[in-house]
Amino acid sequence: MRTAVIVFPASNCDRDAAVALEKVTGRKAEMIWHRETEIPKDIEFVVIPGGFSYGDYLRCGAIASRSPIVQDLVAKANKGLVVTGFCNGFQILTETGLLPGALVRNKGLKFVCRPQKLKVTNTNTRFTKRYDNVDTVTFPIAHHDGNYFADDETVKRLEKNGQVLFKYDDNPNGSVKDIAGICNEAGNVFGMMPHPERAIDSAHGGTDGLDFFKSIIESI
Amino acid sequence: MKAIIHIGLKTGVLDPQGRAIARALNDLGFEGVKDARQGKVIELDLTHEDKSQAEEDVKAMCEKLLANMVIESYRIDIED
Repeated sequence: MRTAVIVFPASNCDRDAAVALEKVTGRKAEMIWHRETEIPKDIEFVVIPGGFSYGDYLRCGAIASRSPIVQDLVAKANKGLVVTGFCNGFQILTETGLLPGALVRNKGLKFVCRPQKLKVTNTNTRFTKRYDNVDTVTFPIAHHDGNYFADDETVKRLEKNGQVLFKYDDNPNGSVKDIAGICNEAGNVFGMMPHPERAIDSAHGGTDGLDFFKSIIESI
Repeated sequence: MKAIIHIGLKTGVLDPQGRAIARALNDLGFEGVKDARQGKVIELDLTHEDKSQAEEDVKAMCEKLLANMVIESYRIDIED
């Protein structure tokens, strides 16, 4: 299966994502520069990596979400392409409108960087299927603007539809209802602040992220 | 012509930076500060000659890029 990672100026988790994708698919991921205009047709899974795209100017992810390649990504995601965004990638996905809500400054104002325990709140999705028998996973977090915000109505809808896939065990950033990761209604687009791609090798201190990627690959 | 755009978080969206500012002011002895909200100001230098056209275009810019309508609101002032 062919996979891809979008690379923006100041992305800094693009290599981590590529290593994770290669580890689970056995094939090198395509690295797609933000100035390109089209995602190759045979790409079946795209990761928007973490980092500080465009220096976080204006708002985190705002400028990246309007870049040429992301226009094509949005069109293809609306037709079913599987897309995940981690950290800055999650911010970009909310800025495109593919995922509802927004990420604002951490409640405690501090940049938080630590291993983070997460509850898996819905395992009946293509992103979490392999977590069927686990209650929690630990992924690293490293962000300053990870406080998930959405209005009450949106949050209710997300919870009712089972679109909240992960919740923080010990909320690090003030996110509403401890929400850490959400998917769209169609179930092909997912975003979260934590980094599963940094939990795929025992040298990382944990390998909980492997089953996240394996779940997706097996679903395609 | 110039457009001055004020962008701020909507009421109901937590503004921890604003709160920290208010607290710092209180610590400095300005006890009359109950709360603070922090936003940003963007100034655009426009080539427009028609004020209503400028207003219309800047509104589109706000909706498309400059403000995130999920969390922010904006106000536009056009100056000659």
